[in-house]
Amino acid sequence: MSTSTQQELVLGLFEAAPATFLSLRKLGKESFYAQGLPALKSEEYKFTPIAKKLESGLTDFSPAKPVKISANQVKSAIFSGFEGIVLVFSNGHYLPELSNSTEGLTVNLLSKIENTPLGSIAKVAKDPFIALNQAIFADGLHLSIDNKKVIESPILLLQFHQAQGGQVVSPRIWIEAGDFSKATFIDYQVSLDDAPYFVNKVVEIKGGVHADITFHSLQEESNQVIEVSNVVTDILQDSQFTSTQITLSGDMVRNNLSLNLLGSNSVGNMYGLYLLHGKSHVDNHTNVDHTIPRAESNELYKGILADQSRGVFNGKIFVRQIAQKTNAFQQNNNILLSDDAIINTKPQLEIWADDVKCSHGCTVGQLDEEAQFYLQARGIDKITARGLLLYAFAAEVLDKIEEDSLRNYIVNQILKRLGSNF
Amino acid sequence: MLSIKNLHASIEGTPILRGINLEVKAGEVHAIMGPNGSGKSTLASVLAGREEYEVTEGEVLFQGKELLPLSPEDRARKGVFLAFQYPIEIPGVSTTNFLRTALNQVREYRGQEPLDAVKFLSLMKEKMALVEIDQKLLSRSLNEGFSGGEKKRNEIFQMAMLNPILSILDETDSGLDIDALRIVSNGVNKLKSDKNATIVVTHYQRLLDYIVPDFVHVLYKGRIVKSGTKELALELEEKGYDWIKEEVDSTATV
Repeated sequence: MSTSTQQELVLGLFEAAPATFLSLRKLGKESFYAQGLPALKSEEYKFTPIAKKLESGLTDFSPAKPVKISANQVKSAIFSGFEGIVLVFSNGHYLPELSNSTEGLTVNLLSKIENTPLGSIAKVAKDPFIALNQAIFADGLHLSIDNKKVIESPILLLQFHQAQGGQVVSPRIWIEAGDFSKATFIDYQVSLDDAPYFVNKVVEIKGGVHADITFHSLQEESNQVIEVSNVVTDILQDSQFTSTQITLSGDMVRNNLSLNLLGSNSVGNMYGLYLLHGKSHVDNHTNVDHTIPRAESNELYKGILADQSRGVFNGKIFVRQIAQKTNAFQQNNNILLSDDAIINTKPQLEIWADDVKCSHGCTVGQLDEEAQFYLQARGIDKITARGLLLYAFAAEVLDKIEEDSLRNYIVNQILKRLGSNF
Repeated sequence: MLSIKNLHASIEGTPILRGINLEVKAGEVHAIMGPNGSGKSTLASVLAGREEYEVTEGEVLFQGKELLPLSPEDRARKGVFLAFQYPIEIPGVSTTNFLRTALNQVREYRGQEPLDAVKFLSLMKEKMALVEIDQKLLSRSLNEGFSGGEKKRNEIFQMAMLNPILSILDETDSGLDIDALRIVSNGVNKLKSDKNATIVVTHYQRLLDYIVPDFVHVLYKGRIVKSGTKELALELEEKGYDWIKEEVDSTATV
């Protein structure tokens, strides 16, 4: 797609959006004009030819309008055993009539918030897709948790997507967690049919001091979906932020996760699992910025890739000179189940401080045939044995999910895929 | 029970077994001894169904039926058990879960009802005592971080749980100290009956002090070159394998 075509399309989307956030959206548009879609040789998007995919996969670059969602659809999409708050979206538009809330959690449309903080954490210059989202988003949700409020039940962001003709969905969410607050979010995206569309999501999370925020994301959309997600978070002193990113399908998916550790004794945890088949292409780029001394980051991403699927993992750990006594750990392990599956994995450590503990490692392997034989030699059939081993491999990540209903749901989905009822 | 006739097997085109003949009857303990590289472990692996080995000639009858066409899991379900020389560590799978899956698949194959959690647990407790294994160990990932002795005890524990008809112990004594050796052998001896049989594959005689064989066979260059009673094992312990090698090699040149 030529630069002028891109700009034309974005201008169309820009003009189709409501007049709110005009100055913000202008900034987004200009930043997008300056960056353009990632070129083929772009280092950050080296293995993920997203521009080409958008060109061939999308026929219509208009904003996707909300589609009607029924209470029954909501009910059947929610994981069994889930008890918590549900916020429903249709193509990125919030549906208050299907949503609920709880004491200590304030839910507002972004357009209702004065002096919008949007763009202060997810900066347009960082990524063309942040710029694109900011140029064309219509509205979104502002979630704020009171100081000292511990919300025990999880908050489900239930995002229904259905966009005929390959339209663009631009969800935008701002989460603000008060000091000493605690909350768990589950971002769950559901396709209503198999038609292709493009989701370009931006989530900004601002944690208070001593806050404990968990953000689970489950991507289980149709295999026609092109998706880019940017989750960016500021983590203050004595705070913890935990992300789990589970991807089970998609045509081409790119997840950018950025953690800014801004206060000492803060902890950032990044966990991920991608279980791919068919021709799915999933790219996880994570970035943790240790800006201060004595913070910790832990990262574990695992992948199982079958058929002609392709995975990309790039884990950047940046330790600034001032960030002494940093602990940063990273691990990426992959199992390839077919000769045609591909994984490109890259740890990227930039360490400017000299008194730190950092480790990283990545592995790419096949299913352990010795282990499979061992299980078979005890009477377990080959398919169950395989399922058992793959599940054991994935379990290390799944065990990080404390919310039972979500974990059980994912486990069931995975077991179905592994063809085993163990 | 087991009848091996002229068994030839090779790995990646290299012949390892070159005509094994062996008859094992119910209630018997057979020891397979031999120098390193003689094909002892290959024989154990071929019987258990390891895919890397290609059987090029011969047949194996187990309870009167062809064994070799069966998958490893079906052999196990029919009652063949291999205690591994090097038990595999499997992170993320607890011994308990794994064994329950295995036992219930075996039971299903034999037309038995699956065991519920309570019955499974009580069976487990009973068999744990046999090899003096701690329940804590069994709730951990299968063999992960286990000592050599713990791994071997776990093998015999699994054997006790699955109650096989033919047990093949592949170098079960390797890596065991004297106490572990006693515990493991004790377990094996208690499981012996006139309905099952045991094949003990070992390089050294010392295991045979504990698990007393009815027959001892010496494997060399892929053939059983000498068979006898337990006295043969003692003779090997005293004189080593060289005299057998010489005997065989000189016959071969003549």
